[in-house]
Amino acid sequence: MTTLTRNEVEEIALLARLHLEPDELDRMQTDLGAILEHFVTLAAVDVTGVAPMTHAGAAATDMTLRADVPEPSLPVDEALRAVARRDGDLIVVPSIIPGNNS
Amino acid sequence: MTAAFWTVAETARQIATGQITASRLVDATLARIATVDRELGAFLDVDEAGARATAHELDRKRTAGEPLGPLAGVPIALKDNLVTKGIPTTAGSQILVGWIPPYDATVVEKLRAAGAVIVGKTNLDEFGMGSSTERSSFKQTRNPWDASRVPGGSSGGSAAAVAAGLCAASLGTDTGGSIRQPAAFTGVVGLKPTYGRVSRWGVVAFASSLDQVGPLARTVADAALLLEVISGHDPRDATSLAAPVPRYTAALAGGVAGLKVGLPREFFDGHGSGTIDADVRAALDRTIAMLRDQGAELVEVSLPHTPLALAAYYIVAPAEASSNLARYDGVRYGKRAEASDLLDLYRKTRGAGFGPEVKRRIMLGTYALRSGYYDAYYKKAQQVRALIKRDFEQAFTQVDVLLTPTTPTAAFRFGAKATPLDMYLGDIFTLSCNLAGLPGLSVPCGLTSEGLPIGAQLLGKPLDEATLLRVGAVIEREVGLGDRRPGAIA
Repeated sequence: MTTLTRNEVEEIALLARLHLEPDELDRMQTDLGAILEHFVTLAAVDVTGVAPMTHAGAAATDMTLRADVPEPSLPVDEALRAVARRDGDLIVVPSIIPGNNS
Repeated sequence: MTAAFWTVAETARQIATGQITASRLVDATLARIATVDRELGAFLDVDEAGARATAHELDRKRTAGEPLGPLAGVPIALKDNLVTKGIPTTAGSQILVGWIPPYDATVVEKLRAAGAVIVGKTNLDEFGMGSSTERSSFKQTRNPWDASRVPGGSSGGSAAAVAAGLCAASLGTDTGGSIRQPAAFTGVVGLKPTYGRVSRWGVVAFASSLDQVGPLARTVADAALLLEVISGHDPRDATSLAAPVPRYTAALAGGVAGLKVGLPREFFDGHGSGTIDADVRAALDRTIAMLRDQGAELVEVSLPHTPLALAAYYIVAPAEASSNLARYDGVRYGKRAEASDLLDLYRKTRGAGFGPEVKRRIMLGTYALRSGYYDAYYKKAQQVRALIKRDFEQAFTQVDVLLTPTTPTAAFRFGAKATPLDMYLGDIFTLSCNLAGLPGLSVPCGLTSEGLPIGAQLLGKPLDEATLLRVGAVIEREVGLGDRRPGAIA
């Protein structure tokens, strides 16, 4: 059921924000096809009335949210230390619109 | 150096009583790492200065008569997906090269507070995605029992370092078996706690509903001691559980008399499991017979949805990974590629920074989550996950604990798993535990005819790590490796 076309692989790579070289796209098409083939086993399972399990804890009530009180956090300079390009407290990135870099 | 194979408790005792100073022990440990790790390849980064400074401070405290923690002076290694303030953290990926975290993970804070000496960061499959540590973007880690074989993964560096006596114990993470499988391959004890038992704050996220941090150690008692130190509620992780932390080390002596040990049919009959290697099967049979002799009642149980676990896991985990790894985009930290616009920046940074297995899982996850496919893949997988969990709940109405092999085979050779799916199939016995959020323990239960370690896996009820450790202590005592140490790299 699950042969992937080259176009689909390219479309998923775009959604995943991944640049893939042509040989990587080839390999991805083969590998993903084989893996998806294995997932066919799921299609036949009757899951009528089964609620999807979205959390691994015993119950949602296991989640403990802390009080909504401001607390000291990382200083801005610490948090921005690993940024590749900054301008003061701002992060510099290329233009969102292609061809619009000044 | 005999100290290289001291237990955690023995190390702490030697230091607390002044038989050896923390500084001398650290020097000896660092010297041993410098020699042995050239061939073993367990460490990505050794924090010599930090380890010496911590040891020096501990020695000062002891001399001054100040209280010492339960792990005072104990050399501990950390999988390199646990963030460490001031020590590079890469998660095995080129995309994080050069990143020095500004904070410690909760588990690291807890270890430091208990007096542990962090000696370094260990190798792993990139972002924890792999079962052999071959998917590290930096280097190979060898199995100390046979240098031509993998140490397992993804916590392969943490397991190899403990097995080879380069630290007293280590921490790993387990998303689908990444603590238990390398523990089995290297002849050490590995514990994946109940989901929520240990804080995930400061753990480089792979699949948030499956990830847990846990100990790798040379004895069950050491694993219990480390679990005691790292467990507990953390306000910074909403999924961490508020349940009190028992004295795991006090629960080891009970034996197995009267205990009901379940043998899940699907794990043994080759139906959901592929073929179990004959030596592994024989070791499990000996373990089963021994437990019966010790007074346990062995009960066959059924976990009928086991054959579906692999497919469910390899949808849920990549889906969560594709979302978690969206943060590596070259903007706030990590490597950044040169690009003409922002979309180009994201794509080139990620294309250059991630390795093939990580890209494959991101692609798989993106495929499963995309519009129009969500119900057929992700939702379906979550429903199957609920069925798998229900199977376990049903089984645990009949038995106290489940016993299975940790892996279908002992450690395999480098390059033996030709396709991604081949590699995934090796996780067959470990991943349903993560899907159900249960605790799992791997304990050595013998060697193959080729002298490779074999692991027995115990799976327990939520928050019942104590029973796993208690049964594990009996397996260790009766059919464990005793004083046998890896001979290939030492």
